[in-house]
Amino acid sequence: MSSNKKYWKSVEELKESSSIVETHSQKEFVEEIPTDEFLGNKETLESSTTSRRDFLKYVGFSTAAASLAACEGPVMKSIPYVVQPERIVPGVANYYATTMADGFDFSSVLVKTREGRPIKIEQNTMGTTGANARVHASVLSLYDNKRLQRPMANGEVVSWEQFDREVKEKLNNVNGEIVLLTQTFASPSTSKLINEFSQKYGNVRHVIYDTVSEDDALEAFRARYGRRALPSYDFSKAEVIVSIGADFLGDWAGGGHDAGYAKGRIPENGKMSRHIQFESNFSLTGANADRRITLTLSQQKAALAALHGYVTGGSSTSNLPGHIDDALIKAARQLRKAGSGAVVVTGIPDVDAQGLALAINESLGSGVMNTSSPRMLRQGNTAAVKQLVADMNAGQVGAILIAGVNPAYSLPFAGEFVEGMNKVDLKVTFSMKNDETALLSNYVAATPHYLESWGDIEFTTQKFGLMQPTIRPLFDTSQFQDVLLRWTDNNTTYADYLKQTWEGSMGSSSWVDALHDGVFEGTSPFNAEVGAEQTATSVSFDEGTAVRNLSAAPGEGLELELYTSVAMGAGNQANNPWLQELPDPITRASWDNYLKISRADAEALGLENEHVSNGALNGNYVNLKVGDTVLEKVPVFIQPGQARGVVSLALGYGKIEGIQREMQVGVNAYPLYKDFKSFQNVTIEKAAGVHEFACLQLHTTLMGRNDIIKETTLEIFNTRDSHVWNKMPEVSLNHVETPVTSPDVDLWDGFDRSVGHHFKMSIDLNACTGCGACVIACHAENNVPVVGKEEVRKYRDMHWLRIDRYYSSEDTFEQDVEKKENMSGLGDALSQFGEMEMASDNPQVVFQPMLCQHCNHAPCETVCPVAATMHGRQGQNQMIYNRCVGTRYCANNCPYKVRRFNWFLYNKNDEFDYNMNNDLGRMVLNPDVTVRSRGVMEKCSFCIQRTQKTILDAKREGRAIEDGEFQTACSAACDKGAIVFGDVNDENSRIAALSEDERMYHALEYIGTKPNVMYQTKVRNTSEA
Amino acid sequence: MSRFILSKNRTKLDVNSTYNMKKVKYRHSAARIVLLSVSLFFSFNTLVNAQDSPLAEEQDRQETVQGPEESSVEAEASSGDAAAGKEIFNTLCAACHKLDGNSIGPALRGVGERRDTEWLHEWIKNSQALIAAGDEQAVEIFNEYNQVAMPPFPQLSDSDIDNILAYVNQPKAVPQEQVVTATGGDTAQGGGGVSTDILLGILAFVLLMLLVILYLVNKTLRRFAVASGVELPVKEKRGKPIWKAFVENQFLVIVTAVILVLVGSYFAYGWMMQVGVDQGYQPIQPIHFSHRIHAGENQIECKFCHSSARVSKTSGIPSLNVCMNCHKSISEVAEATATEEYSKEFYDGEIAKLYDAVGWDVSQQAYTGETEPVKWIRIHNLPDFAYFNHSQHVEVGGIACQTCHGPVEEMEIMYQNAPLTMGWCVNCHRETNVRTAGNEYYEKVHEELSKKYEVEELTVAQMGGIECAKCHY
Repeated sequence: MSSNKKYWKSVEELKESSSIVETHSQKEFVEEIPTDEFLGNKETLESSTTSRRDFLKYVGFSTAAASLAACEGPVMKSIPYVVQPERIVPGVANYYATTMADGFDFSSVLVKTREGRPIKIEQNTMGTTGANARVHASVLSLYDNKRLQRPMANGEVVSWEQFDREVKEKLNNVNGEIVLLTQTFASPSTSKLINEFSQKYGNVRHVIYDTVSEDDALEAFRARYGRRALPSYDFSKAEVIVSIGADFLGDWAGGGHDAGYAKGRIPENGKMSRHIQFESNFSLTGANADRRITLTLSQQKAALAALHGYVTGGSSTSNLPGHIDDALIKAARQLRKAGSGAVVVTGIPDVDAQGLALAINESLGSGVMNTSSPRMLRQGNTAAVKQLVADMNAGQVGAILIAGVNPAYSLPFAGEFVEGMNKVDLKVTFSMKNDETALLSNYVAATPHYLESWGDIEFTTQKFGLMQPTIRPLFDTSQFQDVLLRWTDNNTTYADYLKQTWEGSMGSSSWVDALHDGVFEGTSPFNAEVGAEQTATSVSFDEGTAVRNLSAAPGEGLELELYTSVAMGAGNQANNPWLQELPDPITRASWDNYLKISRADAEALGLENEHVSNGALNGNYVNLKVGDTVLEKVPVFIQPGQARGVVSLALGYGKIEGIQREMQVGVNAYPLYKDFKSFQNVTIEKAAGVHEFACLQLHTTLMGRNDIIKETTLEIFNTRDSHVWNKMPEVSLNHVETPVTSPDVDLWDGFDRSVGHHFKMSIDLNACTGCGACVIACHAENNVPVVGKEEVRKYRDMHWLRIDRYYSSEDTFEQDVEKKENMSGLGDALSQFGEMEMASDNPQVVFQPMLCQHCNHAPCETVCPVAATMHGRQGQNQMIYNRCVGTRYCANNCPYKVRRFNWFLYNKNDEFDYNMNNDLGRMVLNPDVTVRSRGVMEKCSFCIQRTQKTILDAKREGRAIEDGEFQTACSAACDKGAIVFGDVNDENSRIAALSEDERMYHALEYIGTKPNVMYQTKVRNTSEA
Repeated sequence: MSRFILSKNRTKLDVNSTYNMKKVKYRHSAARIVLLSVSLFFSFNTLVNAQDSPLAEEQDRQETVQGPEESSVEAEASSGDAAAGKEIFNTLCAACHKLDGNSIGPALRGVGERRDTEWLHEWIKNSQALIAAGDEQAVEIFNEYNQVAMPPFPQLSDSDIDNILAYVNQPKAVPQEQVVTATGGDTAQGGGGVSTDILLGILAFVLLMLLVILYLVNKTLRRFAVASGVELPVKEKRGKPIWKAFVENQFLVIVTAVILVLVGSYFAYGWMMQVGVDQGYQPIQPIHFSHRIHAGENQIECKFCHSSARVSKTSGIPSLNVCMNCHKSISEVAEATATEEYSKEFYDGEIAKLYDAVGWDVSQQAYTGETEPVKWIRIHNLPDFAYFNHSQHVEVGGIACQTCHGPVEEMEIMYQNAPLTMGWCVNCHRETNVRTAGNEYYEKVHEELSKKYEVEELTVAQMGGIECAKCHY
């Protein structure tokens, strides 16, 4: 069944005769070796002053010099501690539990430190929110060489004493109000401290500003439950999930819902959750949905109103198109049937819509939504922010202290804010960067990274996290809270203050335990509804009015949806090269943001995407106009599955100040974020020029090997035998069909793999949401270099693990199968695939993490002329860098296209000015893994440094290894449990069970490579009833 | 030869009194030959320079201090037996007191002159009682030494105390001038080497003179012969010179050429194979740390200081606080520790360097807080692409440190004993059996593998220990 489905990675593939696809299917390395560039043309050669004799002289001299230099090794110094800290043993890693909280991402993490420097973030399995790609990458932001290193006053470096003295004096003589404009700290201690600060100075206002606002959801929650918070959702309990425009696998409502969601997606006892997504922008959540319905932004509102009607038993008066209405009716039926296992979520930036979603969940009796211990991770108040800017311009504000936010960059009305800043006497910014806002300030307080700070985080009203330093501050920095303590003449440090605050409020855990675990349950020692009094009017919520308001939403012209991308989020870590190079899971484009537009709209506007000869993607530019704001030169990306009439653009890009030049990419979409609403009306006009994308879409084409993905429906999965939907490929041996795994049809002799460890990895396509956390974890663990936009465009990305995204063409799986089965002959197939191109209006998506498959019969091993890649007894396909001479035969012979070639020296090379090119950035390197040099091949090693360490620890302690101890970076980072790693020779292990699972298959089984990476067939819950 | 070069280097370094280390290679035959010839040519020069150097002067002034026990000076009029006193002193007092120089307690030499004997008896038996009684002297000394109470010694009899006092009251031995060798020069280079050179020079000169004389005699005789008309026999001219015959014989030429090429490439290969192999590498360290004294004479277990070898991939150069665990109270070496090559003063000077680095004020017996990390020269350098884990070998494998590091306990200056080449590693992995006994981890795999290979004991290689990626990742 699965083999009947046609998969594609790019619209280009659907074209009947694409020379680019043809080229790519024949070549592993698209680019020719640029000998022309090297030799130049004839004229340049002739005009060159270097004669042949000179050339030979230089060559001779440099060879002689090189060989002479090679004879004498360098003198290495070894400098031990003068006094070695008790817990640090050189060569042994220490782990600390802490919490990331940058105002956008909140996550409990474990930090791996080596010789006192953090080198890797691991997820803290005790935490409430999992770690996404940005959290994993945050360790590199610690070593950002654009960080502010010491406090500044009026552009001059000053000491903290002077800084404190001057600011305190000015605060005491301030003329007007003192305003604290901060990120969401979600920290009871900070709230208490700010309260004390207010009491000391009087006339203090605290305004919380979320760069990407959840204001409507907060207001809706308050109207219903009396406090500004967000409901907690546990998607692992969900049976039916209906989402209207909520990207809940992304950053919706503070993010971190994906781990629970994935638990419900693995079919167990014939059951899995059903997920229906109504959306406009093609989001990560939509890509994971069982059924995805595209509609415009205004239709989303009407759809929610209609759904409310259908669920509460009434009817709907909406004039939605038939197929949407039909889908809503079916969804409502399923929701009602599921009862407490049902949940409706929405991302519509509208108080009515958010209130209605809460109402629907309540009427369903949803056990997924929890309003009794709500989330506190978003507290921003847009009304207060607007009021503040108005007051600043009115000259009422005497002093402003800005912490953790960059309003001069991210406010939709940044211009007014900048004007307002000029009217404030005392402007103090607490920042890690000399960013747009810091440049406007008199005083800039250099703040530490969260890995150098103390703190507490209120995840929900019951669950808390502690933040502790994992490294001595790299620079002369002081955290916001410590500075406030000094300014309130409090002599304690924030660490002590924290401890005092929590005395008696930690429930059953002690301070030391809580610090050890990083998380604890308790009650907040300080409750202050911050900014509550500033909300203009309290919202009273009436369902009837809400339904009317939503149904009446006008839908005219083109609409714009602003979203946050998986890689960049709100843009807090824009100077992080790992994140810049992380391809978007859907578009597979890196180093950019772009306007996603549907094919139909693009055609109507005359916009094009074009592949140049090496397969790289180019696109037109457009100018966007929202209200009276114009955003110029936005590149256009034609996205299959984008709703007609809706374009979307990612926030968080286009930062300039405090950002390295290479990472000043994309356009700043915040000026279009009018009124902090992510839905806008927009007009588009085509602009001149062609934009070059760094997009991995066409790279490594399928060559018709559709067997790489297997999927089925829950119904077939439950009712039919596994060989129907997970068929083992067979070949004919003496006219008898024989499975390809049979030794009789094998070219090679197998080795005995039953002795010792034999590592295998299982990747569950059902649980994988495509979030990219594993890609970044692999980056950090294995010292994978960043190559930059130009090189990615040439398909020279170095990711050892990539997440392939496959589209399939039909609206529903059944239609797809039906169509394919009815095809006859090549001509028919071609024309029908052509038709499927039209169906690319709403393709289905499968994410497939693709890494070295560690084939037991590896094609790469047999072609290496120098035996630089060979097989280990534990199942790993080993790559030996010091043996490799760079013939690239192995990459050419790899059917999975997972080998990566070092085209250049990526470390200590000014041409690749990323983290490996400065001393600070190199501190993140894992000392247990070689940093590769130019001209060698590299690839996934199954994290052999980690398995070896596990083995050694067991040997030293003289014990057997338990299941779950073996982990790779990706399996440890996957909070969804999609990637499982282990020793298959341990009969009781999870991996042994998974290798016998009936969903298990190997990618491209029929070529007989016998991979050690297994995939679990994707099952979609297509039941409509 | 290697010794020679080494000493030369050190001389130079000491003269400059910097830590500017130069890597020296001993397996480097070409370099050796060049150095040999150069050193022969300039050996006289070197000697002259050495004599001018401050080091030489310092060595000229070198003194040897003899211990009190060897002193012939009579003990002061005291009833005690100094020899018995020494024994008690070493067991009970030496932890906190030294004869010369303050430690945790004050220096004790000549204490009998400073204090009343009665008082001393009381103090030693129970100092706290004395302090409690408000004795002025006692309180003063108690405060002076940071109020560290001296434990009472009620077990000591009066005669015991007298013996101790007799011992500590012995005056310091008068240093005797050591006779400095007339040749002076570089002691490190060794007197033997110097005289051999001179002897060789004289011999060469004599030989040269003989040759000249022979030539002159021959010439004179010929002249006489010509003058007296004696006919000298004329050599008959031979047919073909042998080299011409050789050149004309093609077969011989080819054979010789082939042999030359083979021999040449054999040596070239051998030479190239030791490029980057630093066996014998013996750099001069910023502090002259003698493993001979620590691991050899004092029998300190390797992992006592290199403790991280138990748990970590690195053996770890001990941090200075580890040194201070012992050296807080050992500020000088015993007389017997000094060798011909290194005097007691030299060693004491090296301990002083440690104190400077760690910021230990000997007179105050306190840390100053001013520290200066010691920049040791790393001797064993594996390339970055090779992973080696000490704990695997030391803890799991139970391999003695000396297996790879050589007779460290005999090394005055640490050097690289093993070649550290991959061939050397692999060879050992092929020959060494895995220590599986009593280790639960190995139980299953040992059972299965020994069945498979039909052996009782498994080598590391059979366990998969020569797979590339076990060390290269």
